[in-house]
Amino acid sequence: MIIRLENVNYIYNPNTPFEKKALDNINLTIDETDFIGLIGHTGSGKSTLVQHLNGLIRPTSGRVLVDGIDTKDTGNLLKVRQKVGLVFQYPEHQLFEETIYKDVAFGPSNLGLSQDEVHERVKTAIELVGLDFEKVKDRSPFELSGGQKRRVAIAGVLAMKPRVLVLDEPTAGLDPKGRDQILGRIKKLYEEKNITIILVSHSMEDIAKLVNRIVVMHRGKIVMDGKTKEVFKQVEKLEEIGLGIPQITNFMRKFKEKGHPVDDTVITVEEAKMELIRFLRSKENA
Amino acid sequence: MLRDITIGQYFPGDTIVHRLDPRTKILIAIMFIVSLFFIKSFYPYLFILAFVVLTVRLSKVPFRYVLKGLKPLILIILITFTINIFMTKGEVLFSIGPLDVTKEGIRQAVFMALRLIFLITGTSLLTLTTSPISLTDGIEKLMSPLRRFNVPVHELAMMMTIALRFIPTLLEETDKIMKAQTARGADFESGNIVKRAKNLVPLLVPLFINAFRRADELAIAMEARCYRGGHNRTRLNELKFTRNDVLVLIITTVFFGVIVSTRYI
Repeated sequence: MIIRLENVNYIYNPNTPFEKKALDNINLTIDETDFIGLIGHTGSGKSTLVQHLNGLIRPTSGRVLVDGIDTKDTGNLLKVRQKVGLVFQYPEHQLFEETIYKDVAFGPSNLGLSQDEVHERVKTAIELVGLDFEKVKDRSPFELSGGQKRRVAIAGVLAMKPRVLVLDEPTAGLDPKGRDQILGRIKKLYEEKNITIILVSHSMEDIAKLVNRIVVMHRGKIVMDGKTKEVFKQVEKLEEIGLGIPQITNFMRKFKEKGHPVDDTVITVEEAKMELIRFLRSKENA
Repeated sequence: MLRDITIGQYFPGDTIVHRLDPRTKILIAIMFIVSLFFIKSFYPYLFILAFVVLTVRLSKVPFRYVLKGLKPLILIILITFTINIFMTKGEVLFSIGPLDVTKEGIRQAVFMALRLIFLITGTSLLTLTTSPISLTDGIEKLMSPLRRFNVPVHELAMMMTIALRFIPTLLEETDKIMKAQTARGADFESGNIVKRAKNLVPLLVPLFINAFRRADELAIAMEARCYRGGHNRTRLNELKFTRNDVLVLIITTVFFGVIVSTRYI
């Protein structure tokens, strides 16, 4: 267990006509080995939930524990924010320094580390997101392409050496190449650096490809929580709340309905390929 | 913290106050302000208070909300209050060091503080009950005679509309950037003034860049829809004076006329 939410409620603008209950009695435990996909349509409370994870928002009632630290304890917030890195939507809009080096160094400098340690972390973080440290360190972040800017922004969070990394739609507005690069890097972080990852996304394909657990939110509540395949099996329930399943899973379901005995729980194109090959071979042999 | 700003914030509703023509409300607000400055004794404030209370009641805006508008200006009110207490000559009641507190001073201080408080609550009632769009429509209509003197009335009104429209957007953006930098360990709340000002750089730079980007995009979007400004432009919602407006205007004119006349009797 690394993060635990207990009976968390959150209300925006309480006691005004704009009052809105964004989180409704959330109970959630996040383990170190989790790679969570957080899905739900716009306004379901995903963003509010992720901001609770590092104490940017504190619950109206209930509590959030990060590694045993209650986020209501304001003296320890810097520690919480170091442990849980949060990458917002369009993080490149938050770049501000003259050089990429300085921008990435902003986080670790705020932690009060020594110059050498900061340097080391900046170098590692920039390399982790797949940029050439020597080439980019003295350039202005505003000269870069959209995808590169975003990677610099993610590096800015990684330089804090978080144990949990939360990414809110990290691929929104990127071209396919930029998207694949970012997702590839995230996967590497999970596999090689053992960072717990929480990915908010609207792309069921990306979710299917990467995560091992899905949490589904609807109207401020967690309505489903389970292994990727288990959640994608419940098509009707997902469609009822305006979500879907990966296109390839949909295809396999339709194909099965046509009377072909294939496994319709596959969720990635790669799996589907293997399954179809198996199916065609068995037909040949019959 | 940012959510405390109620000046210029609209409180949606469908009451008689909300339904009045914006021009009526602007004219009433002007009369309200002018008559405040004509008051020289305390008792006319009772009328003003009655007027404010009645309007708040009719508009169904919670009192708490109206008072919240005072919060950012409390410092200014306090400063005028103290300056008036010490700087007015007259019968000395007691002294604090070299400063004399006079009877007239106290009277003047309370008087000025009341004037400021009513000024703020009265005018924020205008913006609380009128949506920004109809407010600028009203201003544009009221100022339209100035067009004869080559004043770009429509352009000014459009600029105001856009500015008002973007206040909440920019506040939201500020909130977002603040959170993003806080997530990286930035601290906007402690330290002395110099340090705090320095700490604002990570907030202000992205905010400005985004504001310029937005302005640019908006200009292009308006051009793409053939926006050409005031000449011959028709509008979706024409403003219309109703019987209610005329009635309210007559009553309030008489009312504020009486308040002004108290100065001379």
